[in-house]
Amino acid sequence: MQMPVTRTFYGFEPKSRLFLGTARYPSPAILADAVRRSGVEVVTVSLRREAGQNNAGEGGAGQAFWALIRELGVRVLPNTAGCYTVKEAVTTAHMAREVFGTNWIKLEVIGEEDTLQPDVVGLIEAARILSEDGFQVFPYTTEDIVVGGRLLDAGCEVLMPWGAPIGSGRGLNNAYGLRTMRQHFPDIPLVVDAGLGLPSHAAQAMELGYDAILLNTAVAKAGDPALMAEAFAKAIVAGREAWQAQPIEARDMAAPSTPVMGKAFLS
Amino acid sequence: MTLLLNGEPQEVSALTLAAVLAELGYAGKVVATAVNGDFVAARRREACQLAEGDRVEILAPMQGG
Repeated sequence: MQMPVTRTFYGFEPKSRLFLGTARYPSPAILADAVRRSGVEVVTVSLRREAGQNNAGEGGAGQAFWALIRELGVRVLPNTAGCYTVKEAVTTAHMAREVFGTNWIKLEVIGEEDTLQPDVVGLIEAARILSEDGFQVFPYTTEDIVVGGRLLDAGCEVLMPWGAPIGSGRGLNNAYGLRTMRQHFPDIPLVVDAGLGLPSHAAQAMELGYDAILLNTAVAKAGDPALMAEAFAKAIVAGREAWQAQPIEARDMAAPSTPVMGKAFLS
Repeated sequence: MTLLLNGEPQEVSALTLAAVLAELGYAGKVVATAVNGDFVAARRREACQLAEGDRVEILAPMQGG
């Protein structure tokens, strides 16, 4: 078995290594069901303008959503989704810290609309500003290990490379790059964030030694989100155990599993 | 005065951010605020004087990925 590695998320060690997004579910009740059935302990949340602000006194959708999350008793990881500049991301992070009462921030500085690829230059700058201000930054990044190193220099203690573009369901576009990242940063908690579509994608990332999976769309837009959340949770456990069990190396040619010694000579 | 509140023109009679929130029914609600792109912490809303045309953002917890 792999030597036990304690790679915590800023001191927090979750039992469930599935971090779940809360957007795009058919209903709040189905979101709640997905969280409960999968045993998720960390969910991502955001801040948005509340529609119909003139009726805010009667309680808007945001207040009801926040009440639901508190009822679920999960830890929240607020994001800076949709921010394209350092300024926007840093301001959003400050607003999120006040509202959600946590120093955790899933830092997104988006660089490009079609792929929602991170602007890694802005990401590093925002990560430095926020880390210096006491935030515990979970940066949404690529599998680039040089960028990863810069993010660690900026104060991050977790890295979250993408599997594929957000919401694409493609799985691990660059499994080689993610494997390299794992080997390059053996002591850093790594989370594959975004782009997964199937539990097998999550299992593959965990088999590489990743510490957790963050996803949203693959569960929320499934025909049965709660069942899919449970399936992802199981795949993540399986992948984690496979990594701990030290998988064999792949090889090009066959290696007989049945002993050759003692085989009858019958020809 | 007229503010640009969450991207829409909004006529208000209050002069501070805290008073505007109360006027619009946000008192006691979990929201975060920014004025002209800068975060304004809850404890600073009383002292935050607003001017004609200020861009005020009032954000609430929402689903996110």
